[in-house]
Amino acid sequence: MIQALLAQGVQAFLVLLAAPLLIGHVRRVKARLQRRRGPSVLQPYRDLRRLLQKEVVLPETSSWLFRVAPFFIFSATWVAAALVPTFATDLLFSWSGDLIAIIALLGTARFLQALVALDVGTSFGGLGSSREVMIASLAEPALIMLVFTVALIAGTTELSGIAAAVLSPTIGLRVSLALAFIGFVIVAIAENARIPVDNPATHLELTMVHEAMVLEYSGRYLAVIDLASAVKLVMYTSLIACVFCPWGIAPPESTLPRYAIGLAAWAGKMLVAGTALAVFETIIAKMRVFRVPDFLGIALMLGLLGTLLLFVSRSL
Amino acid sequence: MTVVMVLWCCLALLLLAVAAALGGRRAFSGPRVYGGTAIICLVAFVAALTGTYGALVLPIGLPWLGAHFSVDRLAAVFLALIDLGGGGAALYAIGYGRHEHAPRRVLPFFPAFIAGMNLVVIANDAYTFLFAWEVMSLASWALVMSDNRAADSQRAGVVYLIMATFSALTLLLAFGLLAAPHGSYAFADMRGGTLPGWRSGLVLALALIGAGSKAGLMPLHAWLPLAHPAAPSHVSALMSGVMTKVAIYAFIRIVFDLLGPSVWWWAVPVLTAGGAAAVLGVLHALMERDLKRLLAYSTIENVGIVFIGLGLALAFRANAMPDAAALALSAALFHAFNHMLFKSVLFFGAGSVLVATGERNIERLGGLIRVMPISAACMLVACMAISGLPPLNGFASEWLTFQTILVSPRLPQWGLRLLVPTVGTLLALAAALAAACFVRAYGIAWLGRPRSACVETAHETDRYSLAAMGIFAALCVLAGLFPSLLINGLSAAVQQLVGSRLPSETGLAWLSIEPMADRSTSYNGFMVFTFLMIAALVGWLAVRILGSRAVRRARLWDCGYPDLGPSSQYSAAGYAQPIRRVFGPLVFHSSETVVMPPPGDLAPASIRKRTHDLAWEMLYEPVCDAVLALAELFNRVQFFTIRRYLSFVFLALVGLLLALTLWQ
Repeated sequence: MIQALLAQGVQAFLVLLAAPLLIGHVRRVKARLQRRRGPSVLQPYRDLRRLLQKEVVLPETSSWLFRVAPFFIFSATWVAAALVPTFATDLLFSWSGDLIAIIALLGTARFLQALVALDVGTSFGGLGSSREVMIASLAEPALIMLVFTVALIAGTTELSGIAAAVLSPTIGLRVSLALAFIGFVIVAIAENARIPVDNPATHLELTMVHEAMVLEYSGRYLAVIDLASAVKLVMYTSLIACVFCPWGIAPPESTLPRYAIGLAAWAGKMLVAGTALAVFETIIAKMRVFRVPDFLGIALMLGLLGTLLLFVSRSL
Repeated sequence: MTVVMVLWCCLALLLLAVAAALGGRRAFSGPRVYGGTAIICLVAFVAALTGTYGALVLPIGLPWLGAHFSVDRLAAVFLALIDLGGGGAALYAIGYGRHEHAPRRVLPFFPAFIAGMNLVVIANDAYTFLFAWEVMSLASWALVMSDNRAADSQRAGVVYLIMATFSALTLLLAFGLLAAPHGSYAFADMRGGTLPGWRSGLVLALALIGAGSKAGLMPLHAWLPLAHPAAPSHVSALMSGVMTKVAIYAFIRIVFDLLGPSVWWWAVPVLTAGGAAAVLGVLHALMERDLKRLLAYSTIENVGIVFIGLGLALAFRANAMPDAAALALSAALFHAFNHMLFKSVLFFGAGSVLVATGERNIERLGGLIRVMPISAACMLVACMAISGLPPLNGFASEWLTFQTILVSPRLPQWGLRLLVPTVGTLLALAAALAAACFVRAYGIAWLGRPRSACVETAHETDRYSLAAMGIFAALCVLAGLFPSLLINGLSAAVQQLVGSRLPSETGLAWLSIEPMADRSTSYNGFMVFTFLMIAALVGWLAVRILGSRAVRRARLWDCGYPDLGPSSQYSAAGYAQPIRRVFGPLVFHSSETVVMPPPGDLAPASIRKRTHDLAWEMLYEPVCDAVLALAELFNRVQFFTIRRYLSFVFLALVGLLLALTLWQ
C-alpha cells in the first residue's frame, strides 16, 4: 500500500520533471541531424523559467475562461500521464481510470484548448481550433479502436493489466499487435502536433495548428500550456512503451534495485523514442492539412482491422 | 401505491390544463400554471423513487377492457426521468414563460403533454398506451404550432403530425400482432404468448419504426430537427430530453418485455440504425448554424447511442449472456438519463440566449460569456457533459457502452462479430465529432467578440431559469462523479428485463463502476475529479509561488492590420469547413464552387456550398411524390357525371355479387 502510493507519487512527478528533458533531447538530435550544434537539452527548462517570470499580456477581449483553462488543460494532461505506468506497474490509483478514461482525459484537455482558442476572437485562434477538432475527430476514434485491439488481447482496459498480459508468455507476437503499434505511432504523432501533421517550430499561418491555438497566450499561462504539451509527449511515449515493449518495467512489490532497473529501462526507451522521433521528423516533409485525414484514416482502419481480427479469432 | 399517486398527478395535470384553457387570465397566469406543474411533477418524481410496484384497473376506456395501469421497475425508472425533466422544464418556464408571445397557446398544452408522457409509461394495456401516446403526440404538436407566425413552424407542424400518426399506426399494428394469439390487449396477456418466428420479427420491425421515428432514429428523423426547435424552448427541452425517452421506453417495453425471448438477428437492425443515427446526427449538428436545430440533431446522435446499447443488450439476451446484457442495458438506460439532464440545460440555455438577444443563429452571436456569466458556466458544464468528457456524466455512460463492445467477442454469431466492431467505430467517431460540435457551438456563440449588436444589449436571464439550469448542471456533475449510485437505481429495471445486474457498488472501493465482475477494469469519476482538482491546484500554486504576477491588459495582436473587426473571427460555417470537406462528399453529397466575376468586373468573388439531406431526398421526397401522383390519379374520379357514378355503383355491385358466388 505505502509502496504503491510511493510508486504512484514518484511516477507522477517523474513525468512532470522529465517532460521538458524529452523535448530538449528531440530538439538536440534534430539540430545535430541538420548539422547545427543546437541548444542544450536543458533549454526547455530555461524557457519555462523565463516564461514564468515574464508578465502576462492579456487580450482585452479575453474572458475568465482564458485565465482558468491553462491550469485545467495542464491538470487533465498530467492526471492522464500519472495513470500510465512508466517504470513500475503497481500504481495505487490505476483502478480509478482505465485506458479509455486516460484517452478521454486528453480529450478534456483538447476540448478546453480548442475552446479557449476561440475566446479572444482572432482568426488565428479559430483556424487552429477548427483544424485541431478536425484532426481530433479522426485521431480519437482511431485511438479508441487501437485500445480495443490491445484490450481484447489483454482482456482488460487497465494499463497495469495490459502490461502484465503483454509480458506473459501466452501473448507472443501477433498480427493485431503489430497493426495496433503502427496505428498508435500515427495517432501519437498527430496528437502531439509533430511533423508531418503539424510543425511545432513553425509560425506560418498556412501550417499552424497547435501554435495558432496558443498564439494569444504569454508569460506564465504559456509556460503552463507548454509544460502540458511536453507532458503529453512523455505520456504517449510511455504509453506506447508500456503497451508494446513493457520489458524491464518493475512488477508489483518489487525491491529497490528492481525499481532502479525499471527506471533505467524507461529512460532508455524515452531516449530511443525521442531519437526516432527526431530522425523521422527530419526525413519527412509536412503534409497539407487536407492530407491529414488520409493519414489518420490509416490509423483508424488499422484499429478497426485489428479489432475485427480479434473478433474473428482470439489468436491472431 | 405509486401507480395511484401517479394517476392522481396525471389527473391534476389534466385539470390544470383544462383550467388554464378555460380559466381566467389572471387566475391561471403563466407562473402559476408552471409552478403548479413543477410541484405536481415533483410529487410524481418522489412517488416514482420511493413508491411500491403494483397494478390497477379503472372502469374507463373500452367497456370490455377497462383501463389497465401499473408501475413496475422499468416504468418507475422512466417515471423518475419524465417527472424530473418535466419539473425542471416547468421551473425554467416560470421565468422563461413571461417572454411568450401568446402564452394562452402554450399554457393548456404544457401540463397535458407531461400528463400524456406519464400515462404512456404507466399504461398496462395497448388501448390505454396508444391513447396516452396520442395525447402526448397531439399536445406536443399543439406546442410546436404555438408560434403560428413563423412560417417554418407550420411546416414543422405538418411534418410532425404526419410522422406522429405514422408512428402511432405502426405501434398499433405491432400491438395487434402481439395480441393475436389471445385477442386481448392487456399487456399481462401479451407477455404469456410466444409468436411464430416471422411474426415476432415483424413486431420488432414495427416497434423499431414506430418508436424509432418518435425517438429520431435515422432515416425517420426528418421531423425532429424541424419540430423540436419550433416549439418554445422549455417545450424543446421536454421534447428532446424527455419525449424521445418515452419512445425509447416504448421500444424497451415491446421488445424486451412483451415480445418474449429475443432472437440474435434482432440486434442487427437495431445496431445499424443506432450507429447510423449516432454518426449522421452529429455530422448534421456540426453543419447547423441554428442553435436549437443543432441541439435537435445532437439529440438524434444521443438516441443513436442509446439504441446501440439496446441492440447489444438484445444480442446478449438472445445468447443467454445475462451479465453482458445487463451491462449493455445499464449503459443504454444510464445514457438516456444523462441525455435528459444535459440536453435540458442546453435547450434552457438556448432559450435564454433567444430571450436575451432574439437570435438563434450562432453566426450572429459571440461573447455571451461576458453578458450572461452564470448561464455560460452552466452551458459549459452541459457542453462538456454531452461531449463525453470525464469526469462528467456523458463519459460515464459512453465508457460503459465501450466496455460492452469489449465483451462482445464472446458472441457466437459471425454476423454480430463483424457488425459490433464496426458499430464501435461509429460510436467512437460520434463521440469525437460531438466534442467538435460543441466546441464549435460554445466557442462561436459564447466566446469571442460579439458578431452583432444584439449581444451588446443582452443581459443575464431571470433567476428561475438560472435555478433550473444550475440544478440540472449540478446533477450532470453529480451523476458523473457518482455514476454507481444511478446505475444502482437502474439495476432493478435491468434485473427485470434481462435477469441480471451490474456488480453492486457497495462491494467496490469508493463507489467505482465495474462492468463485469470477472474483468479487472473499473472507473471512478469521483477520484478522477479529485485528481483533476488537486493537479490544477498544484499547478496554480506552483505558478503563483514561482512565477511573476504581473498582468497587462492589451489589445489583440492584429498582425499589423489595425482595426480588425469582429467579422474577422472564424464563422460557424468556416469552423466546420475542414470536417465538411472530410465527411461531406460522402454524407451530404456536398460540393463547393467558387464563382469568379469575369475579368474587368469589380464584383467580389463568391463561394457557394451545397449540402444535401439525403434522408429527405432518397426517402421522403419519393414517398411524397408517389402520394401526390396517386392523388392526382384519383383526382379524375371527382369530376365525372352522375351517370358515370351510377354505372360505377352498378358495376361494383355486380362485381361483388360475382365474387360472392365464385367464393362459395
